Amino acid sequence: MVNGLHWKRPSVLPGFGLCMGFMLLYMGLLVLIPLGGLVLFTATRLSAAELWDRAIADPRVLASYRLSFGASLIAATLNAGFGLVVAWVLVRYTFPGKRLVDAMVDLPFALPTAVSGIALTTLYAHTGWIGRWFDPLGIQVAYAWPGIVIALTLIGMPFVVRTVQPALEDLEPELEEAAASLGATRWQTFRRVILPAVLPALLTGFAMALARAVGEFGSVYFIAGNMPYRTEIAPLLILIRLEQFDYVGATAIGVVMLVVAFALLLVINLLQWWSRRFQT
Amino acid sequence: MGGNPASHACSVSPWGIAPTSESAWTRRLLIGTALAFLALFLFLPLALVFVVAFGSGVGAYLAALTEPDARSAIRLTLVTAAVAVPLNTLFGVAAAWAIAKFEFRGKNLLTTLIDLPFAVSPVIAGLIFVLLFGVRGWLGPWLQANDIRIIFATPGIVLATMFVTFPFVARELIPLMQAQGTEEEESALTLGAGGFQTFRRVTLPNIKWGLIYGVILCNARAMGEFGAVSVVSGHIRGHTNTMPLHIEVLYNDYQTTASFAVASLLALLAVATLVVKSVVEWKTARNQAIAAREVAEDDEGSGSRYPMDLSADPVGVHALACEPTLSDTQHAEA
Repeated sequence: MVNGLHWKRPSVLPGFGLCMGFMLLYMGLLVLIPLGGLVLFTATRLSAAELWDRAIADPRVLASYRLSFGASLIAATLNAGFGLVVAWVLVRYTFPGKRLVDAMVDLPFALPTAVSGIALTTLYAHTGWIGRWFDPLGIQVAYAWPGIVIALTLIGMPFVVRTVQPALEDLEPELEEAAASLGATRWQTFRRVILPAVLPALLTGFAMALARAVGEFGSVYFIAGNMPYRTEIAPLLILIRLEQFDYVGATAIGVVMLVVAFALLLVINLLQWWSRRFQT
Repeated sequence: MGGNPASHACSVSPWGIAPTSESAWTRRLLIGTALAFLALFLFLPLALVFVVAFGSGVGAYLAALTEPDARSAIRLTLVTAAVAVPLNTLFGVAAAWAIAKFEFRGKNLLTTLIDLPFAVSPVIAGLIFVLLFGVRGWLGPWLQANDIRIIFATPGIVLATMFVTFPFVARELIPLMQAQGTEEEESALTLGAGGFQTFRRVTLPNIKWGLIYGVILCNARAMGEFGAVSVVSGHIRGHTNTMPLHIEVLYNDYQTTASFAVASLLALLAVATLVVKSVVEWKTARNQAIAAREVAEDDEGSGSRYPMDLSADPVGVHALACEPTLSDTQHAEA
């Protein structure tokens, strides 16, 4: 593509310098310098011992990581299972209202998290439309960890459906016909032919839903109840530290979360690279 | 997305015939599971917003939207979006032009960097601006000496919103413009069009619908951002409360109807965004169908009507545009 001497292939199209310049300036000022400020703050004002004490050894912070990552894992797993079913149904079957359902899958992308937060809380509170059915069974959904899982499932849902859908559409029908003609049952064909083919896409969607859930704040804030050690997620703890003007404590937790987020971003990129290779 | 399986199973229809399909009961079970899941997580919460919002009557609904604090929250949200969305759109178009139309080193790194704000928790997005501009941040003492307020004021809210909605337009445009290639722009330039003229008359009609969806989605997220804004806002009622923060204040005050009334406005915005998305997808699918038909017609009359190099338009990319483009004119002239 690009030869060894020049970093850019010559083109007759104009505007490269202008667009590149504006892009780099805007991205630098808005994204890279502020993020760099966080890194610099960590490097200069936070000693290793402080980082350990404030972001790792503190039992309240540890409890919040356990909740954030645990609930996010459960939510992403739920999304992987149900998202696969939704994608399958939308690609393979026809039923009344299918186009509406297909369009609605993107709702969590567009619906503000504060709105989904208060709606889910009202729905799953012990007097709510759904919560009242759980109340006699002694199951508390809102203001407890199941509520957090529900909020995180909602916001991560489109990722799995929207990554698995194209993979299912691209499947060659000949593969399934071949499997069937060789005597495979439908379930065997699904497990041995279809599932391996969509697995990279499914894992990508899972990782995206997980990454989104780990950082989510708005919807969980309303449904969690926010009890220290019990229903307090890590992003909320950052906010609490900041409200006390404890920049060091907030940054320490922020850095740990950022490292996890970038690790997940790396995993997602690797998975996408893998699924592209799988398809060709 | 949401494509039709029939498209690649045109003459033989493998899904209709056993054993490459499921039994009627399995189908019903799967459709039922999918619909129940979506109802529980999407339809019921959305319906509940409107039911509760109008639960105390239309009068209470309108009163909740017109009281001074609500009006000031709506105004601040509109101001924030009016700054953040145009700037991010300009960035998105510039980034897509540079990345999709040119070949250069470091392109993948640049694309990953554009996605960075997606990976960052909204609370951390707020935190980085507090570290820069807060009272104990890098620039805090200087800002205080010069009496400039960024954190706990409108500029901080706008900055945090811009950061969070930064990738949306670029993400929508880059794949679209990459798929369209550079041939049309090159022919426009060859025919003597200027750079900006080429963009306005050739590129813009091609990316119109993708751009509209990117802008609308960016706008919905800008108006609805909660986490990042709540870190930098300071929750000063009537001054630094955006609509989502106003929802929070009302909800915590047990003014449920009022908070759902404000929430219903944002929910309507989300639904409108989805409608635009569906229209965009429908238009794109229709244009692709037209393009495919044109290619088929070109193939039928190949050789006799057009010189080879023109009839061999590989995917009929030019027909993606809704208005006749330069390559259409070329066809007509030939």
